[in-house]
Amino acid sequence: MSMIFGVPVAVLSGQLLIGIINGAFYALLSLGLAVIFGLLKIINFAHGAMYMLGAMTTVLMFDYLGVNYWAALLLAPLLVGAFGVVIEYFLLRRIAGQDHIYSLLLTFGVALIITGVLVNWFGVSGLRYTMPDMFKGGVNLGFMFMPYYRAWVIVAALLVCFATWFMIEKTKLGAYLRAGTEDSQLMQGFGINVPLLISLTYGFGVALAAFAGVLAAPIYSVTPVMGSATLITVFAVVVIGGMGSIGGAIITGILMGVIEGLTKTFYPPASSAVVFLVMVLVLMFRPSGLFGKEA
Amino acid sequence: MTMMKKLLTSAVASAMMASGAQAAISNDTVKIGYLADMSGTYRDLAGPNGLKALEMAIADFGGQVNGAKIEVVSADDRNSPDTSSSTVRRWVENEDVDLVAGMVASSVSIAVSKILEENDRLGIISGSAASSITNEHCTPNHIHYVYDTYPLANGTASAVVKEGGKTWYMLTADYAFGHALEGDVTRVVEANGGEVIGTVRHPFPTQDFSSFILQAQASGADVIGLANAGADTTNAITTASEFGVTQSGQTLAALLLFLTDVHALGAETAQGIQLTTGWYWDMNDETREWSDRFMEETGVRPTMVHAGIYSSTMQYLNAVKATGSDDAQTVRKQMMDTPINDMFAKNGKIRVDGRMVHDMYLAEVKTPAESTNEWDLYKILRTIPAEESYRPLSESKCKLVNN
Repeated sequence: MSMIFGVPVAVLSGQLLIGIINGAFYALLSLGLAVIFGLLKIINFAHGAMYMLGAMTTVLMFDYLGVNYWAALLLAPLLVGAFGVVIEYFLLRRIAGQDHIYSLLLTFGVALIITGVLVNWFGVSGLRYTMPDMFKGGVNLGFMFMPYYRAWVIVAALLVCFATWFMIEKTKLGAYLRAGTEDSQLMQGFGINVPLLISLTYGFGVALAAFAGVLAAPIYSVTPVMGSATLITVFAVVVIGGMGSIGGAIITGILMGVIEGLTKTFYPPASSAVVFLVMVLVLMFRPSGLFGKEA
Repeated sequence: MTMMKKLLTSAVASAMMASGAQAAISNDTVKIGYLADMSGTYRDLAGPNGLKALEMAIADFGGQVNGAKIEVVSADDRNSPDTSSSTVRRWVENEDVDLVAGMVASSVSIAVSKILEENDRLGIISGSAASSITNEHCTPNHIHYVYDTYPLANGTASAVVKEGGKTWYMLTADYAFGHALEGDVTRVVEANGGEVIGTVRHPFPTQDFSSFILQAQASGADVIGLANAGADTTNAITTASEFGVTQSGQTLAALLLFLTDVHALGAETAQGIQLTTGWYWDMNDETREWSDRFMEETGVRPTMVHAGIYSSTMQYLNAVKATGSDDAQTVRKQMMDTPINDMFAKNGKIRVDGRMVHDMYLAEVKTPAESTNEWDLYKILRTIPAEESYRPLSESKCKLVNN
């Protein structure tokens, strides 16, 4: 068997693929963060909590209302997104235009409250969610066993990522959005309802996190604390990609998934730190991030 | 020097008792500090419900012992040895806490026991697993009550090797507990003619195990041993079943599973997994009766840690009552002299190294067909007698044992 650095090529290909799958999750999550920061200049520390809410909503809707996976894929982001709009309307709007640190602290507080309340109700052992029947099993690729569900995760995440990028960068609505955040008075003069646009943008960013949560529900244990660890990594991804760069967040997300996956193969103890190591290096040599514009 | 001081103190204390002098309870208060993960990944196996178990014991004691009132303070250890150390230092140096109870992450327990030794207070560790706690890290100031990695390995690993699982691949949580468990498993596997052919030490905690499961699959080992706990274990089991580990002929051996983990996985996913436990709620009338009371308080069935916290607190308070003292060495000696016979253990005994030795149980998770309700999860396959379960004193590296 051919080897690279003492690791069989077959194993390495498997790890690359796993890295891409995890990277797809990172891409989806960092995309939401990048949309919210890029357009609204809000540092959304509640993003991990929203991801968790997406997963929890999926499980709870199934347990109590019998809502299936496909419906949850649509409903959970809608519900959590609506919740995001409420937060924007009642809380974030009041500190618009202030220093970033205010939105950071506010959203961090919101996340702690949501997580704390849910820990009290549900504990941390995790809620059960059964994989939809059509995704059970997988296919042997020769170098690894590929569960059908993981393949679906890549497809779904990349589709949503691309659609979001396209909407913001290439459509008229996206142009309104970007213009509205650039000069809101002028846009309002043109008859565009900018405050509504801002609420919806925050709601949309949050809905992306919730969508990632739905994708995660069948494969990770769904607990109120599942978002907190993920959030920090995802923030590092956004910093590496360049705060606010939509395309950068997507590409960096996948890249970091792969780098983390390879670290898990060559030196597992460093796997939770490697993303931050990359972040330090990037900040040293390109402070605005790999894809960021100079501030 | 401190050792000498302690010996002197306890000598004086026993002399005082022998002469009939009234040994005193300091401040007329027995103060118990409950330290556990209250919000993180180990919350459910001990956490707030462990505090409930402790309060049940105090209530059963009438809230006072020999006229002195019993007080409880509690804190979240955040699974951090640093946070825990400063909390416990404050407790023992400024707040006159006599006993620290609970304690889950092994790294926390090891850090806390050093502070207890410096200040000569007592700790009863119910949640932690590392067998090193009463081996190289033993102190005359703590007791390790419920279980440790030695019987976990003895029970589960030897059962799996005897069923033909000769080659092992270990997924180990990269901290004190995981290392201790990995060491104990390796010893048992090798002693039974098996071999550990590979190990991955994963960060604690880890959400995504797919990469590690893939490496374990590629190793071709008969058995994938999980030397981790809590959400790490349930995530690893879920991922293993997703990646078809069992279909491809490999066996999963989860070395530490709590009732709350199995409950979270459900009988459907967890069925057939063998595990070693120090206690199970549905063993006999006594355990069921106490568990019913616990469930009334908390809404869930107790883990072995919850039961251990109740039992050890009762033992502690009984010792305080018998000696009329809350001095750490006096109480510890009394506890060592008193066999434990209650809902938790029969003929349990606290050894000189602080290890409470009692029977352990090899259990198997029931199938959904066998399970009659959401908490009806284990069938007990075998009782592992106390003397067979724990590390014999003759192999001990503890400084309190003369080897």
